[in-house]
Amino acid sequence: MTAVLERETAPAVAPRGPRRGGARGRLLTVLLLGPVAAIALWAAFPLLEQGHWIALGVLAAATAGLFYLYLSPRHVPAKYLVPGTLFLLVFQLFPVLYTASTAFTNFSDGHRGDKRDAVVAIQTASVTRVPGSAEYVLTVATTGDPATGPLSFLVTDPATGRVSAGTAGGLRTLPPGEATVNAAGRVTAAAGYTVLTGGQAAARGREITGLVVPTAGGAIRSQGLTRAYEGRAGRAYDEGCDCIREAATGRTWTADDSRGAFIAADGDRLAQGWRVGVGLANFTRLITDPAVSGPFARTLIWNLIFALASTGGTFVLGLGCALALHSSRMRGRGLYRTLLVLPYAMPSFAMLLVWRDMFNTDFGLINNLFGLDVDWFGGAASARIAVILVQLWLGYPYMFLVATGALQAIPAELSEASKLDGATPWQSLRRVTLPLLLVALTPLLISSFAFNFNNFNAIYLTTDGAPFAADNPANGATDLLITYTYRLAFGGSGAQYGFAAAVSVFIFVIVAVISVVSFRRTRRQEEVYS
Amino acid sequence: MRWFSTVGWRHGVAVVALLFSLFPIVFVVSAALNPLGTLSSTTVVPRGASFGNFSRLLTDTPFPHWFLNSVFIAGVSAAASVFLSALAAYAFSRLRFRGRRPGLLALLLIQMFPQFLAIVAIFLMFSTITELWPPIGFNRSWGLILLYLGGALGVNTWLMKGFFDTVPRELDESATMDGASHAQTFFRILLPLVAPILAVSGMLAFIGTINEFLIANVFLTDTGAKTLPVGMYGLVAGERNSNFGMFCAGTLLTAVPTVLVFQVLQRAIVTGLTAGAVKG
Repeated sequence: MTAVLERETAPAVAPRGPRRGGARGRLLTVLLLGPVAAIALWAAFPLLEQGHWIALGVLAAATAGLFYLYLSPRHVPAKYLVPGTLFLLVFQLFPVLYTASTAFTNFSDGHRGDKRDAVVAIQTASVTRVPGSAEYVLTVATTGDPATGPLSFLVTDPATGRVSAGTAGGLRTLPPGEATVNAAGRVTAAAGYTVLTGGQAAARGREITGLVVPTAGGAIRSQGLTRAYEGRAGRAYDEGCDCIREAATGRTWTADDSRGAFIAADGDRLAQGWRVGVGLANFTRLITDPAVSGPFARTLIWNLIFALASTGGTFVLGLGCALALHSSRMRGRGLYRTLLVLPYAMPSFAMLLVWRDMFNTDFGLINNLFGLDVDWFGGAASARIAVILVQLWLGYPYMFLVATGALQAIPAELSEASKLDGATPWQSLRRVTLPLLLVALTPLLISSFAFNFNNFNAIYLTTDGAPFAADNPANGATDLLITYTYRLAFGGSGAQYGFAAAVSVFIFVIVAVISVVSFRRTRRQEEVYS
Repeated sequence: MRWFSTVGWRHGVAVVALLFSLFPIVFVVSAALNPLGTLSSTTVVPRGASFGNFSRLLTDTPFPHWFLNSVFIAGVSAAASVFLSALAAYAFSRLRFRGRRPGLLALLLIQMFPQFLAIVAIFLMFSTITELWPPIGFNRSWGLILLYLGGALGVNTWLMKGFFDTVPRELDESATMDGASHAQTFFRILLPLVAPILAVSGMLAFIGTINEFLIANVFLTDTGAKTLPVGMYGLVAGERNSNFGMFCAGTLLTAVPTVLVFQVLQRAIVTGLTAGAVKG
């Protein structure tokens, strides 16, 4: 407002076109570009060291582009759009595209790396101890935090006293003097490594047993926490037949490059494969494989019901409360309002976990309070009712707030006029208030629907998909597509990243259709208002 | 009778709604104060009260660390994302340029792809980043903040653009006539006028980030680096029954920053929510 007043009272000046912010603006720009240059320089060094030339080129081009953009007077819209867009491209769009491309591969446990990785894994996994093989004194160390850092084996060859450090990537000999060895041959300290104490090593026993250090003829494995042996690979890659040959039996598994696996003549297939493109296989599996498509269709329908019921239920409840409190004759409205929105202020992740415990069959509050004995998360219907109830509780204060605001924006004269025309309160609500409210709240309802459609926390933190049918432990009655996807990708029964990515793409298509429809609506509205 | 049909029923509805709203919260308060601190011993009305759960939580667990991490991460990323989306909303609302419509649509579409659907890709990407630039890699707040800012444009640009559209264009046009640059118009004229929507967006982003579980769970594995959802989930994952009191104490403490933000911004939030909604 002050701008308008100043203009009216100020002496008339010749109107000037938009200009740049003058000397001060210039200075500010340069001051802001300084840190950009510093960050770019900081980011460049590791790239330079490791020889990532393409990434370095992208970084240089991006930095130069930023400098050009903010030092030139042109491209004003881009000046405002670029900062957010940069983050969007790097941390949102790139992962999304990467995910989409994963949907066309067989990327999964056992199909992670390339063929060479698979061969190394097969060879090291088949290592067995042969009589008379070399035995080493073992010290377990790490290059990071003793509890979580990556493990290394420091092995001392008792014959030569030489110390080597081994990881899953291979073995390298440490230069003499870098490691301190005690009389028993154990390494007590080594440059760049933290030696684990007995307790720390014991706590990570399974990781230590699982660590295999590939060597030229086989691999080094641990035996207990203080000794290691070098064994021979029972299976080896034979380049001539492009196959894996088992030394003891002479059996072969031939590489199949379209499936990314080594397969024997009788159809037996080795667990370790590599990543290849499989075209639309993941998508066709989703639609045609009866073991997958049946549960998937049920999940999709429940997902839609869940989103609709959560959004619609919170809206009806919130609107009802807002209407009840929307009267100037009522006392204590402020207090009611403050207390009603308290659930909205509570941390939802924690309250979801609290609700999970309130539905506990044995000592849950719900059963105790109402004298029930319901196994809430044991039956499909009760579990579904329970999760929707929780969503109502979490979501309706927001709708209440929004509806309260929207009600206040509707002129009181309208409902008074309808009252004079002889309308009952119900009629005036149906015909006057509600249509106006819906115009205002539709965009919020759509975005609330989209949010609930992918409401991961709501399911993961309460039922975690339960109850599960006995014949399908991957897909529970309350699972949403998103929790189902998460289980496919990170679940206990082996990660299926490729397939999970296909489901993600599927979800994206559904939500995109919904949002394009909503976009049409907002476009019409924008034309009305602007 | 007449009183009931005009005002009384309203109190009735409100009281029922209050009971529904408050009983889980009362339950949490009661569990937090319960000296036994177990789920099975907790009732709605507390039996006895002590602050034992609170002191155990603050001294025996890294809760203070988690709390600071969460407030820092949520605070910084909320502020930064509000700023980034305000910049974009200004461009979309006030400037006309080629690709404005497609840009808006693209924003909506990309936003509809929840970031955590791409969690595998994000994990692989940050494995490389952690190797190259440890300060923004796994287990660092800054890495997570950067990641959350990837969604900054989508989160509130639409809400803000709707609100920006309601501010009369004459205001910034006159400022331009007076010789203000576009940056001056944006920072001096427009931003102060749209403060309510900035408050709303900021609070929504803050609440959203402080509750974010999935990405943080993959991202933060060091005990000291965890945020509240990750840390507190671990608290009840194994010892669910016996840690319940501490967990509820933690829940109440977690609510404090949100309630504070909410109380301070309440008026702005109600206006902002409505106006943004009306103009969609």
